[in-house]
Amino acid sequence: MAFGPHLLLAALEGLVTSAVLALMALGLSLVFGVMRVVNVAHGEFYMLGAVVAWWVSSLVSGHPALGFLAALVISPLVVGAVALAAERLVLRRLNYNPEATIVATIGLLYILQQLALTFYGPDARPVAAPFSYRVVFPWFGYSGYKLAVIGASVVLLLVTWFVLMRTRLGLVMRATQYDRETAQAFAIPVDRVYAGVFALGAMLAAIAAVLIVPISQAHYLMGLDPLLLSFIVVIIGGLGSLRGTLVAAVLIGLSDGIISAFFQPTLAKMIATLLVALVLVFRPTGLFGTAAR
Amino acid sequence: MTGNDATGKAGAAGAAAKPRRRRARAAGRASAGRVVALHAGVIALLFALQFVLPAYHHGVLARIMVLAVFAMGYNLLFGYAGLLSLGHAMFFSAGLYGAGLSVYHLGWSVPAGFAAGVLAGLVLSALIGVLALRTTGVAFMIVTMMFAQVFYLTTLYFNVWTGGDQGIVLPQPSRVVTAFGSTFDLTDPTTRYLAALALFSLVLVATLALVRSPHGRVLVAIRENEQRTTMLGYDTFANKLAAVVASGAACAAAGAAYALLFGYVGSTFASVQYSILPLLWVLLGGAATTLGPLLGTLFMYYLIDISNDLLSAWVPDWNFSSIGVVGVALILLILFFPRGLLGTIRERWLPWLP
Repeated sequence: MAFGPHLLLAALEGLVTSAVLALMALGLSLVFGVMRVVNVAHGEFYMLGAVVAWWVSSLVSGHPALGFLAALVISPLVVGAVALAAERLVLRRLNYNPEATIVATIGLLYILQQLALTFYGPDARPVAAPFSYRVVFPWFGYSGYKLAVIGASVVLLLVTWFVLMRTRLGLVMRATQYDRETAQAFAIPVDRVYAGVFALGAMLAAIAAVLIVPISQAHYLMGLDPLLLSFIVVIIGGLGSLRGTLVAAVLIGLSDGIISAFFQPTLAKMIATLLVALVLVFRPTGLFGTAAR
Repeated sequence: MTGNDATGKAGAAGAAAKPRRRRARAAGRASAGRVVALHAGVIALLFALQFVLPAYHHGVLARIMVLAVFAMGYNLLFGYAGLLSLGHAMFFSAGLYGAGLSVYHLGWSVPAGFAAGVLAGLVLSALIGVLALRTTGVAFMIVTMMFAQVFYLTTLYFNVWTGGDQGIVLPQPSRVVTAFGSTFDLTDPTTRYLAALALFSLVLVATLALVRSPHGRVLVAIRENEQRTTMLGYDTFANKLAAVVASGAACAAAGAAYALLFGYVGSTFASVQYSILPLLWVLLGGAATTLGPLLGTLFMYYLIDISNDLLSAWVPDWNFSSIGVVGVALILLILFFPRGLLGTIRERWLPWLP
């Protein structure tokens, strides 16, 4: 294959990564923006979403699309419920202290991961794609499902943006993000907003996982790499800035796809992680962030 | 406490001030005596234990003492200076690889290898400190975690020399020290125990001296209120950098000792998990206490050991490993016991504990 088509293929793969990454990082960014805590267990919510998707689709017989659609509905609900329970039972009792929350979510990460290992097992298992249409380019054929993932992600991001910017619910969330105490004074139930945002963040990760599972399989250790990548995205985009998060997701996803098509993956990861750490060192608010309040 | 009293009743207490100050100074001396006695007692107890412990626990305790040095190094930064790093695995493994690789590939002697390990930790922690201390709070945690991840990936990338995941085993002849006209074989359990105890005692005494020194007091002041400390005229950056370097050097010493005493060097020790473990040990034992790290490491090691046995006896077909136990312990600790064992004891009963 010539260089041009090869680059196109790498860019397409990168866009798929971007699409999934954007959803996941958006969840992390929402939680950080509104609650000012870092959820280290975010990757495990993603893993849980994929595992539940496999479980649901294995229960549904008939056309693979039925199982997939059932998973797309049930998996985020289950993961959201788990996140809600964790928020009520642990994070709220810690009073959202940033450092205590990090320690607690590290604990949650290990627990979820080991529970998945216990009840789901160490194997990677696939979920059948809802359809298997191939888009034929002049140089290569490409999975239509992957293109659909990009489309679905764009739609979901637009929905999230609409909810945040144009609905009362979004207004309440933004008010809490802007100034917690004033929001409380204006009778916004900050406590419930926190619970909702934490569950919503986890659900976004679960949706991302359901979308990716037909492409890469469900595995109990699949959460770590996306967690690091979405940290990178959220940091580059500026902690708490949603617009920055989206731009950074596309940037990181594309460069990840292109770099790993042409370079050794370990070296690529090394360089990328180092660069991001240095960005954070020299521009602590990220590329689009404003100073923390 | 005394200061507040004095300002409150400044006029009336003029006559009583002198005896009170003298009493306070005497109390300080008495507590210094108690502190020294306690630490000497702990070291003596550890020395005595080697004669009574069965072989298995003897080996475990040597390992725990080395890991406790790692935890003490972590505690310097997290407990006293209040900087939560999620990347200390890189300092431990800098010592591990600094010692292991120079002994294995360059054929250096054990003392030279140990020095190389500590030096590697010093250089790395100074470099990381200068960069990471530009950030604070959550960003500091993430930056240190990312630098540690880069270090981990580096050990994997250069697997021709490091052995990557598989690691390398240091052969027995390279772990023999010849000094003062006699030879010490670090593969021998007794020698190994004494070497671990020597390092542990050294770092314990150094930590105690450091936290009672003016520098240690400044670190605590930075933890409590950095802006106020700056306003009082202290260079907080320099103090924090010194803390990072001291912490990194102690962790590297633990890593170097681990490589030389137990003869194995592998990239597992550079993974995220080994950045989390010292945090767990320190939290369990009590942050900002000198003996907390030892207690935390001891408890956690046996908790994992025992729960592994119990889990495999009760539910043999489960794969729930010790990592899950670590997770449960972290959450329970931070929820119900945020000050840890010694921290709680100090708060309730023994306020003089350092």
